[in-house]
Amino acid sequence: MTDLLTMILTAIGLIFFAVGSLGLIRFPDSPSRLHALTKADNLGLGFIVLGVAFQAPGAAALLKLFLIWALAIFSAGASAQLVGRIALDSGRSDASGSKR
Amino acid sequence: MMASHFDIALCLLIFSVAAAALLGRQTFMAIVFFITYGLLLALAWLRLDAVDVALAEAAIGAGVTGILLLIARARLKAMDPRDAPLPHPAVRTIAALAAVSISAALGLRIWSLPPSEGLQKAVRARLSEAGTDNPVTAVLLNFRGWDTLLETLVLLAALLGAWTLSRDKDWPGRAGRAHHTLPDGVLAEFGRFLPPVALTIGVYLVWVGGHQPGGAFQGGTVLASAWIVTVMTGLLPAPRVDDASLRTALLAGPIAFVLLATAGLFADRFLYYPPEQAKALLLGLEAALAVAIATTLALLVFGAPQSREET
Repeated sequence: MTDLLTMILTAIGLIFFAVGSLGLIRFPDSPSRLHALTKADNLGLGFIVLGVAFQAPGAAALLKLFLIWALAIFSAGASAQLVGRIALDSGRSDASGSKR
Repeated sequence: MMASHFDIALCLLIFSVAAAALLGRQTFMAIVFFITYGLLLALAWLRLDAVDVALAEAAIGAGVTGILLLIARARLKAMDPRDAPLPHPAVRTIAALAAVSISAALGLRIWSLPPSEGLQKAVRARLSEAGTDNPVTAVLLNFRGWDTLLETLVLLAALLGAWTLSRDKDWPGRAGRAHHTLPDGVLAEFGRFLPPVALTIGVYLVWVGGHQPGGAFQGGTVLASAWIVTVMTGLLPAPRVDDASLRTALLAGPIAFVLLATAGLFADRFLYYPPEQAKALLLGLEAALAVAIATTLALLVFGAPQSREET
């Protein structure tokens, strides 16, 4: 039962990751690319953590799993803000690192 | 253990990311691929059940090295590398030939090595005398203490090398350049939230190294990151390079290690820890090393003192 839940939840997580990556490749400008990355990937990671949580041997492992998720969300949020601001400041839509 | 589809895919991915890092024309892209390469490599170590190495690879190989490369790129760009002429084609050819022949010779040599069972049995047999339950820590600090002793000295030498790049008029100032951020901006908030978490995780990693994967290098790197984040977000100024407590922290690890190793001479031989006291000695050594590693890595990232006006 728990194995089945793990499989379903991690599969949903992987779909979110795939969609987020697709958005990163396909979307035309930085803000929408950021939108795809931060939202879809954090949700995807959340589902994977939730799925793997059913396999956790104890409370300590559970806590570590959710700490990983929280830290990933937090740093993704902060770095997305920074990338977004640089994209705005540079006045061009393309801030994916190739700017000179 | 048979290689699964996942392992094969991981190997192919590592190869292609490595190729992208080496062959990429843009420095920024090459660095991003290098960091990705480090993270994938950490995954590979994990698959080989080498959790200690995986932690070290992710923290030092991908994390600290990645940020050092990014900073180096920013400084190179500021200097306008177009001034630097490309090395002569003959030099480049000789360098390529030398690199290829050394790699080929090493590869051939490895191929012709007699099959080895590894040292796991030997380590396990004497683990009870080592003063730690983590075989990796036993090897790093006790059985092969020499290597780690020299590593800590190399780290210190690297920092001294970076410091020699400072200009006379900037020495001895605060390490690196000034960082300014909005006091209530996203970055400052990030800098306030992350360090307490990172400090907890870093100390935990150092402590847990006695019986589980972890240790001075992994924990020290996380501690360094806590400090780096507070400085880069402008919450704390970088330390002055002539600060006495800073220099004590830098030297704590190497000096503790050398003293301990020399004290072993009186008991038996260089780098000998009597099994009864080994646990306490290793724990103290690990703590001193963690402080030194954290300080050295953070200061490597901060860089040599720079004049505070520009930026």
